[in-house]
Formats: sequence, structure tokens, C-alpha cells
Amino acid sequence: MFEGLSEKLSGIFDQLTRRGALSEADVDVAMREVRRALLEADVALDVVRAFIDKVKERAVGANVVKSISPGQMVIKIVNDVLIETLGSDADPINLEAAAPVGVMMVGLQGAGKTTTAAKIAKRLRDRYKRKVLMASLDVKRPAAQEQLAVLGRQVGIETLPIIAGQSPVEIARRAEEVARLQGFDVVILDTAGRTHIDEPLMEEMAQIKAAANPHEILLVADALTGQDAVNLARNFDSRVGITGIVLTRTDGDGRGGAALSMRAVTGKPIKLIGTGEKVDDLDDFHPSRIANRILGMGDIVSLVEKAAQSIDAEKAQRIADKMRKGKFDLEDLADQLLQVEKIGGLGGIMGMLPGMAKMKSQIAGANLDDRMIKRQRAIILSMTPQERRNPDILKASRKRRIAAGAGAKVEEINRLLKQHRQMADMMKAMGGAKRGPMGKMAEMFGLGGGGMGGLPGGMPSQEQIAEMQKQMGGAAPKLPDAPPPGAFSAPPRLPGLPGLGGPKLPGLGGLPNFNPFGKKK
Amino acid sequence: MSDDDNQAGGKKRGLFGRLFGGRDAAPAAPAPASAPLPEPVAVEAPQPEAPAEPRSWWRRLKEGLARSSSTISQGIADVFTKRKLDAAMLDELEDILIQADLGVATALRIRDAVGKGRYDKQIEPDEVKAILASEVEKALLPVALPLVVDPAAKPFVILVVGVNGSGKTTTIGKLAGQFAAEGKSVMLAAGDTFRAAAIQQLEIWGERIGARVISRPQGADAAGLAFDAITQAQAEGVDVLMMDTAGRLQNRKELMAELEKVVRVMKKVDAAAPHAVLLVLDATVGQNAMSQVEIFGRVAGVTGLVMTKLDGTARGGILVAIAEKFALPVHFIGVGEGRDDLEPFEARDFAHAIAGIDRDALHERTA
Ligand SMILES: Nc1nc2c(ncn2[C@@H]2O[C@H](COP(=O)(O)OP(=O)(O)OP(=O)(O)O)[C@@H](O)[C@H]2O)c(=O)[nH]1
Ligand SMILES: [Mg+2]
Repeated sequence: MFEGLSEKLSGIFDQLTRRGALSEADVDVAMREVRRALLEADVALDVVRAFIDKVKERAVGANVVKSISPGQMVIKIVNDVLIETLGSDADPINLEAAAPVGVMMVGLQGAGKTTTAAKIAKRLRDRYKRKVLMASLDVKRPAAQEQLAVLGRQVGIETLPIIAGQSPVEIARRAEEVARLQGFDVVILDTAGRTHIDEPLMEEMAQIKAAANPHEILLVADALTGQDAVNLARNFDSRVGITGIVLTRTDGDGRGGAALSMRAVTGKPIKLIGTGEKVDDLDDFHPSRIANRILGMGDIVSLVEKAAQSIDAEKAQRIADKMRKGKFDLEDLADQLLQVEKIGGLGGIMGMLPGMAKMKSQIAGANLDDRMIKRQRAIILSMTPQERRNPDILKASRKRRIAAGAGAKVEEINRLLKQHRQMADMMKAMGGAKRGPMGKMAEMFGLGGGGMGGLPGGMPSQEQIAEMQKQMGGAAPKLPDAPPPGAFSAPPRLPGLPGLGGPKLPGLGGLPNFNPFGKKK
Repeated sequence: MSDDDNQAGGKKRGLFGRLFGGRDAAPAAPAPASAPLPEPVAVEAPQPEAPAEPRSWWRRLKEGLARSSSTISQGIADVFTKRKLDAAMLDELEDILIQADLGVATALRIRDAVGKGRYDKQIEPDEVKAILASEVEKALLPVALPLVVDPAAKPFVILVVGVNGSGKTTTIGKLAGQFAAEGKSVMLAAGDTFRAAAIQQLEIWGERIGARVISRPQGADAAGLAFDAITQAQAEGVDVLMMDTAGRLQNRKELMAELEKVVRVMKKVDAAAPHAVLLVLDATVGQNAMSQVEIFGRVAGVTGLVMTKLDGTARGGILVAIAEKFALPVHFIGVGEGRDDLEPFEARDFAHAIAGIDRDALHERTA
């Protein structure tokens, strides 16, 4: 599964990565091709549309790290969106309920429910040491109940004795009763295949659910399903409220678009995938691995992650060196301000640092405002390189010129210069100490931890970020959608944000009287 | 609208009126493609002449099941709304067609057919549907061919192949029932020696139809069974022998080799066998059907197709792409799980169902 899609996409991305610069039009063209590739992989149209929109939106907002080609960045974004669409985590079958835990299999005719029922039973017994009973409620297809019985004998799982003439609901009740009386942990109910538009059969399925009250209701669906996948997933979900999806025949050469579609429209996790006809051919579903297989771009994705780390780490090193020598000029300040902007402004930083919630309110109180950062950078950028390296030469006439260039007042320039001077003095004072504040500072810049190349961790996972945001409380600011890699170049332990003065934002709290963002003191 | 419906109620409205009754039921008669269309006018009561006999597939579509098939129809109605035709509308049409599994290439072709010479002219939904239907029909007409059983071949050997769960065994049961009803003697070979209870499944069908089932124990060699079955059918002078096979994914080389062997062994007994090889396709399948046709075709020498699980839906748009690429005959459609739920494939019915066409309107147009 997925190989075909992967081939298509890698062709598109090859072209993208070969280019140096990417215009919006280039991205548009590539996205049209991605769109087509997804459609040809049977991903449902609505899902494709949402997918492309998301990627484009992020691609436009994303900052590209220098050593990475824009194309590589786009691939990283596609990868991230793909993982989100597939669901971020592996989500196994849930057995947290009073025994006997009911697991009900539903799906279209020929989807693979019976085989999957036996595979799951075997897995629950072998891995989770559960005592499992299987029951076939399929009184419709010739020899369907026998099929399950034979499979049960093959793998050594008990099946409910067949009583001819019972209705599916009666069988479901009997299965529950037998399981309860005989001490089974799990009872798996295999139901007859049904077309999702067949009203009487959908109704019957709802009745079975009402009678059996299963803890898991798994929609078994063929990975080769076409555009109808969304409708069938929606209909089954709305009628019985499925708890998860099992995708069968992923060993086929289908492109597996159904996986993306069904997960996207139901929001229900793909729990397992069938990978062959034998009873052991069942795997957990790992979204990121699958995304990797779909894109076949794992190398580029990790390259982007690593490069993002090292780029910012290099810069951090440079700044740290300068600080050690007591040199911290306006150029460096501008760099730092840029870093802040790149990460999505102050809100972005706050969102990423655990334990920053308190400080956030302080910052808010200090009238911090992202526009100020832009403004201060604009001022610095209006200076000549010479002026930036050597602020002492800034006399009245130069200041007036700069003010005009940046659209600022001369007082603002004076305030900035004063703040910079204090900061530089401070750093010089700390410069000598080895273990003292300076050492700490270096550590903050990510130099203490694992050394340069070995910046530990890599990007925090989606979950870690979510966790951080949770810790930050409900008021956590919105993360920029595709966090520029620099933002995550270090693990979420504090002394990590390179180029960002560590837990203390440049001049924020850490250094007396320095507040480049303050309007007025 | 409701007045029209009332007037047109009952048999007067004809099958298609009943099939597609509801909000789309009273469209303006589309003008010839070349002339710009007038503003939509309230429609007259349908033509008195009764359309063709109701077919059961159509009846099923009507029996409240048409929901999913109406998506194309609805989609087209939503897009082509009293606006001059432009590229954006055609883009949307293309998307609608893709949603019916027609595939990107076919969707593009039909999009071009609709767009040709009509830019900046107003176009009605019904006209679009008509063009769509005629394109689909054009593609399908040459492949809508019956399965002809050569009486000189005794037995006429039909091998049935396909991926897992596509409906092979059921189709064999239904087809055997039809042959038996035509007075032919039928023998079945339970060639799925792999799947649990597959043999019993075919045996139950055999009982229903009154056909003998030749089988070997589960796990036995299917090619060996093929040999036995043909030999026995020859000896007994049976008219038709149908052999079931285990479902297999076409990319599984070892399983396809097994199938190839079945064909080879059949030829040893009778050089002309198998006389027909039917590939059973599930209508829910998407673009993968192309790969199924290609590989099963190459390995097993498929001579014709059956599309199953069309009960109540107009799915199966992939058939258009298949017809264009492979030109393989499509013999039957499966429309349910019962023994009578197999119908000959009709290009026109299928095209109209895909396009969501109200045949009353069509009659007016061609009248
Ligand atoms: N709704 C509907 N179901 C069908 C149709 N044809 C077959 N089925 C059902 O699809 C399921 C699979 O059919 P089978 O005939 O067992 O398919 P198969 O290809 O022989 O399957 P394997 O032998 O397991 O590979 C059964 O539940 C059938 O009842 C059809 O036209 N409509
Ligand atoms: Mg079968």
C-alpha cells in the first residue's frame, strides 16, 4: 500500500527540491500535482482540499532556514500535515471496561471482518493474555458462521456454538451471556456485511449495538476503497458511533487513500491494519511511519529538522562568543529580535516554554507588543553596518537620518541605544566568570547540553508541544502552524532556545533595566 | 413543482420520473448544445409515451437507496447555476467526476467535452448531465456485451477470479442459477481451497441451484481440482463448468503464479479452456481496479468483467476508465446478495445512473 502514491509524490518533490528559490506560484503548481496524486490515490476530494489548503497556508507562513531549500521545507510541511491527518498517535484496542468487554466488527460485504475478528482475537490472547470468545452474527452469507468457527479452531479461540434460526440480536445476547457466565474477558461479535445505504440492515446493526453494548465498535474497511470511503465511514459512524477503524488489505498495491479519508471524516483512529491473509498479519497503525512511507521523504524531513537546529545553534555560538569577548553590537540585537519574530512573536515563545505562564502576564503587563519588536529591528536596519557595529558614532544628525528611515522618533532611537548599552555592559561584566552567569548563559544558548552537533532530542513531538500547551493553561497562545524549525531546535527543557537568551528573553527580566520592548519606563 | 409531481404521479410518470422523483424531477428540457439556453421554464407534464420497462436495478435505486448516486446530480445542479460557463465551473465539474471514481484522466476528458465551444455561454445542469451521460455511454457501449456460452464447448469452462471479498462465489451462485434456468446443466468447482468455509459456501449455493459441486479438502491444490473437475464434467457431458478461486491481491506474485498454474492445467485437459475468465470487481473499489484488471488480465487471461455491489448505488465510475483503457467486455452487474440479483450490464442505464439523469427529461429531449 502507499507505494504508488509515494512514487508520485517523490517525483513532484524532486522537482521542488532542485530549485533554489520558490515563488508562491511554484508552490501552487506543486500543490496542484500533489492534489492530483492524492485524488488518484483515492483520497476523498473534501479531504484533499482541506489538506492542500493547510499545507499552502503553512508554506506561506513558514520561515525557511538557509541551508534548507524551500522545497525541502515544503516537504516537511506536507509530512506534518499528513501525520495530523492520519492521527498523531498509535491507538490500540481499548479493553478498559468490565469483562466481558464487547468488540463489535462492522463493515461492508467482503471488507474482511471475519478474518480480522480472528486476527484480533489471537492478538488479544497472545499479547494481552485475554480469554476471548468469538461469535458470528452473520446469518446471511452462506457458511459465514462456519467460516468463523473454522478460523476459531485454527487459532485456538473459542467460538459461540451455532444455533440455527437465531437472529443476530439473539446471538449477540447469547454471546454476552455465555462470555459472562464462562469468564471470558473479551467477546468479539462479527456481524454480516452490509451496504451503508441499506436502511434495514443499518437499523439491525444499531439494534445489535443496543443489545450488546460493545466497548469497541470497529469499522473494517478495505484499503482499496475508492471515493465512497467517506460516505461509508460517515454512515457507519453516524449509525453506531464507531470507536475505531481497521484497514484491511494494506498489502495490496492500492494507494491507501481511504486511510486518510476515513480518519479525516470520522476523526476516529485507525487502530489496526491488516497486512495479509494469515492470522498473524495484523499490525498496529503508526501514523508517522505511514506518513513516511507515503512520502518516502524521511531523509529530507530529518534533514530539515537537523539543519534547523544547527543553523540556529551556529548563530547562537557566534553570539555567545561575542558576548564572551564583551562585544554585543546592534547587529546581534537585531538578530535576537529576528529570532523572536521568527518563532511567532512573543506569544509564540510563551507558548513554547513550559513554566512561562507567569511571566507571560508580566510581559503583558509591561505592554509588550510584537509590533515593538518589528519597530526596533526597523530602527537597527536603518543604520549602516558601520553604525551597527559601533553605536558610539551615532550623533544627532545620524540619528535623525535613521529616525526618518525607520519612521521613528529620535527618542525611540535613544531609548534603544541606552538599552543596548546597558545590556552590553552587563555582558562584559559577566564575561570573566567561568561558572558564573556567563557559563549559564552559554548553557542557555544550547552550548552546555549536548554540544553542538549533538543537540539532544530534536524537535519536540506534536504531543510534547500539546502537553506544553496544556501546562501553560488554557490561555496558551496559538503556536504558529508550522513552527519554524529554529523554534524547536532544542528539546523543551528550558535552557534551549538558541539565540534567545534562554529562559530569560533578551533583556527581559534577566538584565536590569533593560526592556527593549517597553514603550516607556 | 409539487403540482407537477402530483400530475405526473403514478405510472404516467414512468420509471425514470419515479426513480429520480424529488427536487430534480422537473428540469427544463435542455436545448441543443449549440444554442444558448433560455431561462429555465416550468416544466410540462411528462410525455405520455411510456419509457422503457422498469429494470430492477433502477427500481432499487429508486427504493430509497439513491442517496449516494445523487451526489453527481446534486453536485452538477449546484455548480451550473445560471452562470456563464467558465474554467472554475469546469474545475468543479472535474472534481465532481473524480468523486464518482471516474479517475482524473477520464474526468479531464469529460470536462473538456463539456467545455468545448461552450465557454461564456450559459449551460444548464441537465445539459451537463446529458453530455456526461453520453460520454460515459460512448465509452461503455462497446464493452457492454453478453457472456455467450458456446454450446459446442462441453463443458464450457468459466474461471472466476478476483481480489478477496469481491463477490466471486456469490456471482458464481447467481450465474449458475441463470444457466440452470436456461436449462443448461451446471457443475461447480470449489477452487477456493484456502479460505475457511469457502467450500461450504459454494456447496450451499450448489444446493440452492441444484448444481453439483466438485471439491477437495481445504488446503488441497486448486490446479489439481481444476483437472479433476474438467475431466469429470467432460465425462458427464455437462454444459457449463464454473470454477471458483480463492481471492487474491493482484500484487501477490506467488498467489498469481498459483492462478496461472490453474489455467495451465485446465489447458492440459482442454486446450480451449478456460473458455471464459471472469474478473469480479467490487464497485466500491477505487483506482486500484485498474491494476486489478491489468494484472489479472495478464496472468489469467481475463475475458470479461462483472461488477458487484451496485445494489442501490451508482458507484463504479472506475468502469469508464477501465473500458477506455482495456476495452474488456463487461457482462453483468451484481445488485444484491440473493440468487436473482445479477443483471446484464447495460451501458445506457449505467451512464444515466452515473450522471444522475432523469430519463423523463431525456425522453423529452430526444422526442
Ligand atoms: N450487496 C451486495 N453484496 C454482494 C454482492 N455480491 C457479493 N456480495 C457479498 O459480498 C461478500 C463477499 O462475497 P463472496 O462471494 O464471498 O466474495 P468472494 O470474492 O468469493 O470472497 P472470497 O472468497 O473471500 O475472496 C458476501 O457477503 C456477499 O454476500 C452484491 O452484488 N451486492
Ligand atoms: Mg469466495
